[in-house]
Parts: sequence; C-alpha cells; structure tokens
Amino acid sequence: MTVAPEKILLRLHVNGSAVQCAAHPNKTLLEVLREDLNLTGTKHGCEMGHCGACTVLVDDEPVLSCLALAIEAQEHEIRTVEGLADGPKLHPVQQAFAECGAAQCGYCTPGFLMTAAALVERPGVPTNAVIRDAISGNLCRCTGYEKIIEAIALAARRMEEAATHA
Amino acid sequence: MHRLPPFRYEAATSAASAVQLLAAHGPDALVVSGGTDLYANIKQRLFTPKVVVGLRPARDMHYLRFDQSRGLEIGALTTLARLAAEPVVCERYPALAEAAASISTPQLRTMGTIGGNVCLDTRCNYYNQNLDWRQALGYCMKKDGDICRVAPGSPKCVAVNSSDTAPVLQAYGARIRLLGRSGEREIDIADFFMDDGMRAWAKQADEIVTAIHLPVPAPNTVSAYRKLRLRNSFDFPIVGIAAVMQTDGGGRCTGARVVLNAVASKPLESPGAARALVGTKLEPDALDAAADAAYATGKPLDNTSGSIPYRKRMLRVFARRTLEACAAPR
Repeated sequence: MTVAPEKILLRLHVNGSAVQCAAHPNKTLLEVLREDLNLTGTKHGCEMGHCGACTVLVDDEPVLSCLALAIEAQEHEIRTVEGLADGPKLHPVQQAFAECGAAQCGYCTPGFLMTAAALVERPGVPTNAVIRDAISGNLCRCTGYEKIIEAIALAARRMEEAATHA
Repeated sequence: MHRLPPFRYEAATSAASAVQLLAAHGPDALVVSGGTDLYANIKQRLFTPKVVVGLRPARDMHYLRFDQSRGLEIGALTTLARLAAEPVVCERYPALAEAAASISTPQLRTMGTIGGNVCLDTRCNYYNQNLDWRQALGYCMKKDGDICRVAPGSPKCVAVNSSDTAPVLQAYGARIRLLGRSGEREIDIADFFMDDGMRAWAKQADEIVTAIHLPVPAPNTVSAYRKLRLRNSFDFPIVGIAAVMQTDGGGRCTGARVVLNAVASKPLESPGAARALVGTKLEPDALDAAADAAYATGKPLDNTSGSIPYRKRMLRVFARRTLEACAAPR
C-alpha cells in the first residue's frame, strides 16, 4: 500500500495578498482556491479542460485552474473573481455583464469574467472578432453568447473612455 | 469529481536536473510541462505516477531565437501562445504559427508548450475515457488490456497522433534535441515520430525534449496548415494537413512536403502529393492531383470523432485548401 505524500506549505499570491496553506502536492490550483482558501467563486466545471468555468488569471493571463498544480502557481500573481470588484465598486466587466443580462444560470460567469477582464484591461478596444476569439475557451449553455460579447464590448469601451479622460 | 491521485512533486530547475530526477525515480516518474493533456489523462488514471517531475521551473528551456544562418531555435517550454504570436514565426514559418494558434483554447495555449505538444500522448476513442468506462469494456492494449478495440486483429496500437505542430515541424524539416543520461543528441523530427500508438516517439525513458530547431526557409518558401475538428475551439484534429513548398523566382515549385495529421500514430508524409506539385506552377490541376495523392495516402480508422468515410473525404478537401493557401499570392 502506498502512503499518501505529506502536505506541503504553499505560499501563494492571490488577489494582491500573500496567503499560506498546507495542501497535498497533487492538488490543483482550483481545489486549493476553493477548499483551502475558501475562494469558492471559481467554479468546478468539467475539470478536464473542456469548459473554461475554472478560468483564473495567472500573471494577468487566463489559465484553467483545474489543470494547473497549486504548487507551480507559487511564484505567480493569481487573480480570481473575488478580486475583481474594488470594495462595493464592481469591475467594469461585472457591471456590463449585469446591465447586458450576460448571465443566466451564472455557473460559467466567473470564468467568463476573468477571461473578459484580461482582455479589456489591455489597451485599446477589441473588435468583436477579437472578443469571440478570446472567449472561445469558455462554454456557456444558457446565453447563446451574444449578450456576453455585447457586455465585453461595453466594458472595453467604458475602460477606454475612462483611460482617455484620466 | 476528477481528482489527481496522490503523487510527490519534484521541480526540475533545469533540463539537466529533469534528467537527473527522471533517472533517480525511474518508471515511477512522469515528466510534465504545461500539463494540459497529461493532468487530464492522470485524472482518468491513464497514468499513475508516484512522482511528477515539473518542468515549468526549468528556465533554460523557455526561449525562442531566430538567426539568419542557424534558423529558429525553440526551447521546449516555449508556450503555444507565444509561438502563435511571435512575429518571426508568423513571418518566416507561418504554418507553425497557424498550427499553434489552432490548438485547443486560448487558456490552454497559454499553459501548453511546444515540447509538450510534440510529445502529446496519442489519442483514441477507446483510450481517452475514464477508468469506469474502460473497465466496463475490458480495457484496450494501450492501457491495461490486451487487444486493440479499433482493430482487434492489429498487433499494435493504432491511436492517432493529434499534435498540430508535429506535422508542420516535419514539413519544415525540423530537428529535435533530446537530453538524457548519456548526453545530448539531435535527430530529424521525422525519425522521432514512430507509427505505434504505444511507443510514438524515438525517445529513451530517461530522455527529455529540450529544443526544436528549424532550418532557415529557402527564399520563396510558402507554407500552410489546415485542420478539421468538430468545433473550431477545444477539439483535437480529426484530419490535419501541413504543406511546405519552395518555388523558383518564376513561381515553379521546386520542392514540397505534404504531411497528414490525425490519421496515423505519427505524422504521415505523402510523397505522392509532393511529386504531384514539384515542377508545376501550382495550377489548379496540380493542386487537384496533389490533393488526390494525399487522399490516397491517408487511411483513417474508427478511433476519433467523425466517421471513417467522412474523414477520408475531408482529407482531399483539406489537402486542397492547404495547398490553395500555399499557392495564393501573398
């Protein structure tokens, strides 16, 4: 009988804070975020890389937390849906998703929000083709995508306006 | 819930340290780079390593450099996203950029690496399934069973090569660099891929892929990659065609390589398609003849999505599209 390896101390940077927890080395980033750090905004979908529900940002790039080991995320800056809003002020993509009705059952929404946040935080306003390509790794079974695309375009325009008036 | 089984994690801090760790742990160890395919396979218990050797911390394999005389050198840990976006790749090796950009999803291209993609485990409808499914059927020879479920009379596994960069690299005449206990060696990538679903690479157990080297393309080289999949995101190819051609100043084809994907356990070269192109001015008739030759070369089996007749027909269609993309004036 094999003995399960011991837990190890993980030092992670999540949503701007340094956090520590003890976890087994075979735990995915998704499992550590949800089970050890109580950040349950990130969702378990297929857990096999087929749906995008578990998307988080690692160094500002969308990645799938179900196929990444937490132990390998230690040197990197992780952002989850909990880190999008600034206190009571929603992130522009959250505001736009709410206004456009871009969420129905809402299960895929945290993943979409993270993919969308990474896109709109880059300079410039993305075309619809760029938006479609950016979200091609996130599945939604309710909305039919049109309102999600509208919401991302709206958030991008608002961020560009805010940047030019700043 | 799909959970990874217990394993120890060892970080490789360099290519040499990865080789040492592999040697120290022997068959208990599995080397992982991006993990996008292997972690999914481990969750399905297709691999049950006691030790995972993580390559991501090995900084000496994260590079991409182009030199007018040496060509393009790609460190094995270069991500597919970088490969797809790198200006020198888009300009000099457009088919490679196209292939990298067409793999899976943006998230997985950010995580996945070129080294991992050329060592992508071969795929099959009877293999890429969870443990319960495989157990209920009685397994297949690639994992825990005795016979091939696709071709029960076959002495070898017929799982397909599903790496999109593999056929393109072969068409460009790439060489692959391996590092093992007995040192470093570089071989033609065509010799690296083997037509056996269970032993798809000419690589020793203690060896890792450290880099890929592409020669400088001759002047007037044109190239393209086109693939068929059920959805234009996420899915693995069920047919793929890579073509690289050289032309003289007058537009006459002087050399060509056409490589088929997802129809054999290795990228499958079609010498007939190349012969049909060389000496022509890539007129529509020549492209038709080459597409016919590619069609004759590929013999899909019932081991991916899509029926055999559909994939067979699509070989000609996608070969024609790839060749047309090469022949189109830029």
